[in-house]
Amino acid sequence: MKDRLPGGISIMKQLLTGNEAAAEAAIQAGCRYYYGYPITPQNELINYMSTRMPEVGGAFIQAESEIAAISMVHGSAAAGGRAMTSSSSPGISLKQEGISYLAGSELPCVIVNIQRGGPGLGDISASQADYFQAVKGGGHGDYHTIVLAPCSVQEMADLVYDAFDLADKYRNPVIILGDAQVGQLMEPVEFHKKPKKNLPAKSWALTGAEGRKKNVIKSFYPVKGQLEEFNAHLQRKYRTIEEHEVRYEAINIHKADVILVAYGTSARICKEVVKKSQQYKFKVGMVRPVTLWPFPKEIIRKVSERVECILTVEMSAGQMVEDVKLAVEGRCPVHFYGRTGGGVPTSLEIIRKIVEIVPDNRAANTLLQLAAVK
Amino acid sequence: MNKDTNFKRYLKLDLLPTPWCPGCGNGIVLKTICQAFDELNLPKNGTVVVSGIGCAGRSAGYFDLDSVHTAHGRAIPVAEGIKYANDALNVVVISGDGDLLGIGGNHLLHAIRRNTNITVICYANEIYGMTGGQVSPTTPHGTKTLTTPNGNQDQPADVQSLFKHHNCYYARTTAYHLNHMKKCIMEALEFKGFSFVEARTMCIVNNGRRLGYKNSNEMLLHYKEFYKVNDYAEELAQNEIGIIKSVVETGFKPVSTD
Repeated sequence: MKDRLPGGISIMKQLLTGNEAAAEAAIQAGCRYYYGYPITPQNELINYMSTRMPEVGGAFIQAESEIAAISMVHGSAAAGGRAMTSSSSPGISLKQEGISYLAGSELPCVIVNIQRGGPGLGDISASQADYFQAVKGGGHGDYHTIVLAPCSVQEMADLVYDAFDLADKYRNPVIILGDAQVGQLMEPVEFHKKPKKNLPAKSWALTGAEGRKKNVIKSFYPVKGQLEEFNAHLQRKYRTIEEHEVRYEAINIHKADVILVAYGTSARICKEVVKKSQQYKFKVGMVRPVTLWPFPKEIIRKVSERVECILTVEMSAGQMVEDVKLAVEGRCPVHFYGRTGGGVPTSLEIIRKIVEIVPDNRAANTLLQLAAVK
Repeated sequence: MNKDTNFKRYLKLDLLPTPWCPGCGNGIVLKTICQAFDELNLPKNGTVVVSGIGCAGRSAGYFDLDSVHTAHGRAIPVAEGIKYANDALNVVVISGDGDLLGIGGNHLLHAIRRNTNITVICYANEIYGMTGGQVSPTTPHGTKTLTTPNGNQDQPADVQSLFKHHNCYYARTTAYHLNHMKKCIMEALEFKGFSFVEARTMCIVNNGRRLGYKNSNEMLLHYKEFYKVNDYAEELAQNEIGIIKSVVETGFKPVSTD
């Protein structure tokens, strides 16, 4: 059977929401244990799982709470399975207890956060205000989760595949940090990745202690010195991840006068600004972090040495901009433009912000022309 | 090992003694659980232990079995997650009344609804012992504790009523009634569905001595005098211990995991 139509369009493509794509990718990555709790705007994910998981002989439970769901993930991961849960911002706050225990117990799992506005109950529209919570730990203790930020439905599927491999490779929870836009928009998506081979065997899993030393899954080290030793081991693991797993997309960074830094939905809008600027003398480039932790600080440091300034665009009051500043270390000015509470920056707003931060007639003239381009 | 000491094969003997206070009843329950394991000859290969937080939560560490130490109150959903991932395992939760009925109470309620095929053994000592003696979900009405200086204003949790109407297994026993406790635990382990054993046990250091007991033996003798055995009753009175067993055994399995 031909798998391509004339023009090279794959017939394998399906039209799905980002939430559904995340669920299907998880199934195809070998996830057989999914525990969820309803919350908007991630409901398509739990709904999809409820019919799809039994088809492949896996376990689907709508738990009594987000805390129960992450605890069930804890159990299935401890038993050696590929397990996942998903939620949105207020529900992710509830899961933080479990995420800290999973990180402390070095259990692999995938947690999807389809962010909505906060603080508190906030609203149900797209937001990127959980950046700090996701990349700085979120729960208690010195730990990191790997954080992947998709900006399209296809990338959602691809990153969910990779999330399970990364989780198993490093025995670490992985967070998919989406938002209501990425979770609910529909785009064509193709499921083509295969789970990685050569991942380490799960010899630590609970299988029964006959004829071997018993396996204990714990994050408790009451004897003085043990915890410090364990934490040093965690930190060594995190340095290895920072060394090997940084991902980003760089667009037109070599000729750029100004660099935009944005991820997820904000990055889609910034891309439009970058595209518009290509026909003019004054150039805008972009770095889109795909891994928010580990953060792509090296590339941002490099571009900061030759651009006039950097503009970070987020759907928050300014969170990732702190990591950008840490990477730049004062080499160039770092500016911020953000919207909160369901506000999504427009390309015109971003261009106006660039005009404001670049006190240069040449730039201003070009950019005002740009702004006029609809 | 002979027949009487064969239960020790389930323990990590090199880790003994336990950290529990002199006179604590937890060791009695721990030993009885091992005896029940031994009598049923549970395979080490197919048995795992999950514990929560608190004095009772320390139990899992003393078993020579694969185990998980969970967050406070989360032992039951973690155990369910293990069971869903590997249906062949006997999954046993061992924790206290604060962990299972207080902070974890909502999980208990819904595990009963799901009737997941796991066994929960609850050390019910009527107090938060590890933290010094605060009121717990099984503390009797009127009892003075560190956080109820004027006496407990609340009613203790009536756990049996949660189980009665949901076709799950519930038994109440005490650290004095050793043979009864062993029987309850063995039946719970064999039950195909959600089973719960509430083992009344004494905390002399952080509860009993404040209530006027001179030593833990006095507390044990109180169990002997106060509780009457009434197995397979419809309902247990306050001064009764026994087994309430559903007629229908329905081990919940979400889907086949073959």
